[in-house]
Amino acid sequence: MPKTLFDKVWERHVVVPETAEHPATLYIDLHLIHEVTSPQAFTVLKERGLKVRRPDRTLATIDHSTPTLIDADGNRPFVTEQAEKQVSLLLANTAEHGIETHGWDSDYRGIVHVMGPELGATRPGMTIVCGDSHTSTHGAFGAIAFGIGTTQVGHVLANQCILMRKPKTMAIHVDGELSDGVTPKDVILAIIAEIGVGGGTGYALEYRGSVFENMSMDGRMTVCNMSIEAGARCGMVAPDQTTFNYLEGRKFAPTDYEAACEDWLSLASDDGAAYDKEVFLKAEDIRPMVTYGTHPGMAMPIDAMIPAAADEAEENALDYMQVKAGTEIEGLKVDRVFIGSCTNSRMEDLRAAARIMSGAKVVGDVIAIVVPGSELVKKQAEAEGLHEIFETAGAQWREPGCSMCIAMNGDKAAPGELVVSTSNRNFAGRQGPGARTILASPETAAAAAIAGVLTDPRVFSDAGEDPTDVL
Amino acid sequence: MSFDPIKNITSKTLVLPAANIDTDQIIPARFLTVTTRDGLGKHAFNDWRYDDDGTPNDHLLNQVNSPDYQILVGGHNFGCGSSREHAPWALTDYGFRAVISSEIADIFKGNSLKNGLLPVVIEKSAHQWLLDHPGEEVTIDLEKCEVRLPKNGGTYSFEIDAFSRHCLMEGVDEMGYLGTQNDAIAEFETNHG
Repeated sequence: MPKTLFDKVWERHVVVPETAEHPATLYIDLHLIHEVTSPQAFTVLKERGLKVRRPDRTLATIDHSTPTLIDADGNRPFVTEQAEKQVSLLLANTAEHGIETHGWDSDYRGIVHVMGPELGATRPGMTIVCGDSHTSTHGAFGAIAFGIGTTQVGHVLANQCILMRKPKTMAIHVDGELSDGVTPKDVILAIIAEIGVGGGTGYALEYRGSVFENMSMDGRMTVCNMSIEAGARCGMVAPDQTTFNYLEGRKFAPTDYEAACEDWLSLASDDGAAYDKEVFLKAEDIRPMVTYGTHPGMAMPIDAMIPAAADEAEENALDYMQVKAGTEIEGLKVDRVFIGSCTNSRMEDLRAAARIMSGAKVVGDVIAIVVPGSELVKKQAEAEGLHEIFETAGAQWREPGCSMCIAMNGDKAAPGELVVSTSNRNFAGRQGPGARTILASPETAAAAAIAGVLTDPRVFSDAGEDPTDVL
Repeated sequence: MSFDPIKNITSKTLVLPAANIDTDQIIPARFLTVTTRDGLGKHAFNDWRYDDDGTPNDHLLNQVNSPDYQILVGGHNFGCGSSREHAPWALTDYGFRAVISSEIADIFKGNSLKNGLLPVVIEKSAHQWLLDHPGEEVTIDLEKCEVRLPKNGGTYSFEIDAFSRHCLMEGVDEMGYLGTQNDAIAEFETNHG
């Protein structure tokens, strides 16, 4: 029987098959941990006198609570003592259990979902978990990757397995050719708007079609990252030559690379494989997208009119956002711009933002911050001179971390401020109590910074030259 | 095991009707720097319940005596968003033992089951009845997998994973259960590198 990509990877990891009485016991190849969702799990291990079963299959970093500024004395000022303690505890726990940790002194430290792929720790055919819902990012490599809670972090630390029933599968086909100025972020926002913020609940997604085949790994990661914003714990893209080119030569890339690639190619869904649900979008229909409400499903083309509220919750969302149905969203006054997060903080994202900001200035009272996803991204961006483009434009160039995406490190907006953000969630108060978030691509965020109002980035698409050619 | 086994729950309902109540509403991220799981109840729905200076406002959650309201009825797609287990920790610390909605997000549901917070997904008509009748005394019978509504509201069955139900009712610890599979896990590791 023809199998899907998800089926094939799942079957490779079943330790004990599921029955009516019990979920499957699924083996986990890679467990990523960070400071926020692991402390209580290590406490449980200690209480029970358990060891980490496979420290060699566990990788740690610090990203959520970490400062993105270094002060004049070279210190990193934490938002609270408790945040600093949380980071220290992660470092102590991982040292005690012999877990490879990318802390302050590592060249690889970064947002956990940026770091994994950069290390080549994320590879096709793997099962990957992390106490973070955006673990779905790693599905871009053809891995089954999903977020877990802290209790399950404990399960994986102790047993390298989780108990889980196989989810249903949904194929999301986007065929055709994307118009100029339409980015992977726009594609995933259009998908979430189509299937709804809970439309993927209970499903594993597979992104199929020419749009994803032609997409870079950075773009595929942006797409898979936001699978959870449609309610799907994981989203995948079949591995191909683009995947292999990305991983080749990375720290954890297999030594017999050719054999590995041959195996990975075999993971693609078979012709005729059945999905529980299929959704079709046309590439040509997708325009640059922004959100206008308080969840990622409330997304619209930037050049359209704000849709009418479908229910009371949406009405409240429009009130919270201080926008009116039937009016343009373009032209909305912007207070802050955030370019970063596990959704959009990789090289392709920063290059795109720099192309638009090159030679321009951030409008007077707009605060724009650019937060690279990892130390590697930061280093590469600086080698290409992107930081100079941002700083010359008047944007702040920060240290890597989650920053304003989750706003728990002190990087946040003030009540009522409008933030154009390349992150993944526009929930009320997500970027600070009372802050209003508009999710958008790096291009749209950069355009907002230099225009001071929400602006269709395609206005700038001809003006900017490739900054790497200029320098 | 840090919670009491659940067989059935009879309690008044506290209704938060908004659809898509996300984990940032349940427990805002700035409270996630804790390194223990205790005491988060006071921050459950923090930004709904407190003014900017931290003064409790007149939100329903501040008005009721929480032990009397063990069943939270949320709007459709409750618990969407992040994997933070702090969300069920905050809700159970507040005093809730069950959440009922017409849809509950996957990760939140899984986290709830592991913390003695019973997630009940119920059909739309029953959900609507609950939204329309806040504060009524409702019974969730985990043994029979049914929700019994008062005032001729009817009886509705719900589905729950058999293993999760067993763990909740018997106080079985999943980590202990995984531990019993040690031989199978070791064999898998031998065969798969």
